[in-house]
Amino acid sequence: MQDAGVIIVGSGQGGFQVAASLRDDNYVGLITVIGEEPGLPYQRPPLSKSFLSSKAQPGQIELRPAAFYAEKNIKVITAQRVTTIDRAARRVTLASGASLPYGHLVLATGARARMPPIPGAELRGIVGLRTLADAELLIARLQPGCRVVIVGAGFIGLEVAVIARDKALDVRVLEFTERVLKRSVSATSADFLASALMQRGVKFSVNTCATGYTGSGGRVTGVITSQGETVPADLVVIGIGVEPNVDLASEAGLQVQDGIVVNERLITSDPLISAIGDCARFPALYSDALLRLESVQNAVDQARCVAARIAGKDAPYAKVPWFWSDQGPNRLQIAGVAQADDFAVLRGDISTTKFSVFRFRAGRLTAVESINSAGDHMASRKLLANPACISPEQAADTSLKLAALTVAP
Amino acid sequence: MPQITYVQPDGTRRSIAVNPGATVMLTAVANGVEGIVAECGGAAMCATCHIYLDEASQPFVPPVSEVENEMLESAAAGRRENSRLGCQIAMPAGVDEIIVHVPTHQV
Repeated sequence: MQDAGVIIVGSGQGGFQVAASLRDDNYVGLITVIGEEPGLPYQRPPLSKSFLSSKAQPGQIELRPAAFYAEKNIKVITAQRVTTIDRAARRVTLASGASLPYGHLVLATGARARMPPIPGAELRGIVGLRTLADAELLIARLQPGCRVVIVGAGFIGLEVAVIARDKALDVRVLEFTERVLKRSVSATSADFLASALMQRGVKFSVNTCATGYTGSGGRVTGVITSQGETVPADLVVIGIGVEPNVDLASEAGLQVQDGIVVNERLITSDPLISAIGDCARFPALYSDALLRLESVQNAVDQARCVAARIAGKDAPYAKVPWFWSDQGPNRLQIAGVAQADDFAVLRGDISTTKFSVFRFRAGRLTAVESINSAGDHMASRKLLANPACISPEQAADTSLKLAALTVAP
Repeated sequence: MPQITYVQPDGTRRSIAVNPGATVMLTAVANGVEGIVAECGGAAMCATCHIYLDEASQPFVPPVSEVENEMLESAAAGRRENSRLGCQIAMPAGVDEIIVHVPTHQV
């Protein structure tokens, strides 16, 4: 019987990369990518960066032009939802009613912006930022005079804050913990980045959450906070994290636990189904717990791993994670994954605006946050492949070259 | 029309007509030129659009910036004197051709 080919559910960065890498790895079977969004696969990072600041146009954020898919014989089905997986029959059903067979199924369903279920949530003008359509809506709304409230001081919230502020808009960020980027970076890095944003005129309210919205004529007019204040708002951007899209997997009986659970080869509880990217919870070599990461690197490298396996080169997933964020004038790059209470060691001088913070847990390097220090970041990706090779004292010693430590003596 | 010429490690050449301002990276990706990965989409964050700039093209492009310089140190195929990031090189106005050599690997 002829192989039914590979179906990829999700047309984000990960879904696209599985298809592209399968062809790079000389896979000759059918490849079908099914996405819910209307257009061809595109990059999400610019949506809160160059695209939002109107430096990049829609065509420039597409991952590949239409001709690429034709040339590589990759079928892309757009604006279509996969509604069910019939694991016994090895078929998926689409919202259109069509049913397609698969030899292997890859779930790259991504995640959706979490929206607080508070009174007034149905008002217009309260938006998350996840898709091109979300970004286009934001661009249309970020007009002179617009008062912007951002709920959540994570990467996306802060990236939007600085772009809105660069348009001379009034911007206030509400954060329910005591500081910005609490989930992502050390207090050292967070305080530096926050003060740069404050200098540009972004206002912050920490230890504050949104408890409701005020509205008029169906449109939001303000955010009611836990401090009892009502902050006037014409636009509310929600950046409080995401929920992985696991419904399809869970209804198919696959193991799910804030993410689709996979093994070290990224296979779900069904050997014919893999899961990658934002929606997948996987055992990382560098962590005791199962991890779920939201990044381009994670999506791309996991996609390559799954494609290689399908094409006949099976190996466990073992990549060092890395992330980046544009924070106004500052470039933040992170390698590795730290927990909130990991020890922080400063390398460099904060006053130069170029420094890195090395994070350690039980004497082992867990992550490195580099600000305007691309060299440190690139070296750190190599260091993290062998986390015992650097001590906190060495990390702080700028007379030692990081690159020298990546080569075992 | 001006063009960017990509020379693959096996010597295969491909020239693509572009408008001034088009970057070496975006042009490669949009036209399916093999060997340019561009994982970060042009933010100078990943060094996977590394190329070697042909000697003949050196006078036409601005020098390496500090960020680009630091990223190039970690280029997968090894840095040479003429290493550049394709995302940081735009077709200058008034130039007929930019020639770049694609490295053997990017990751």
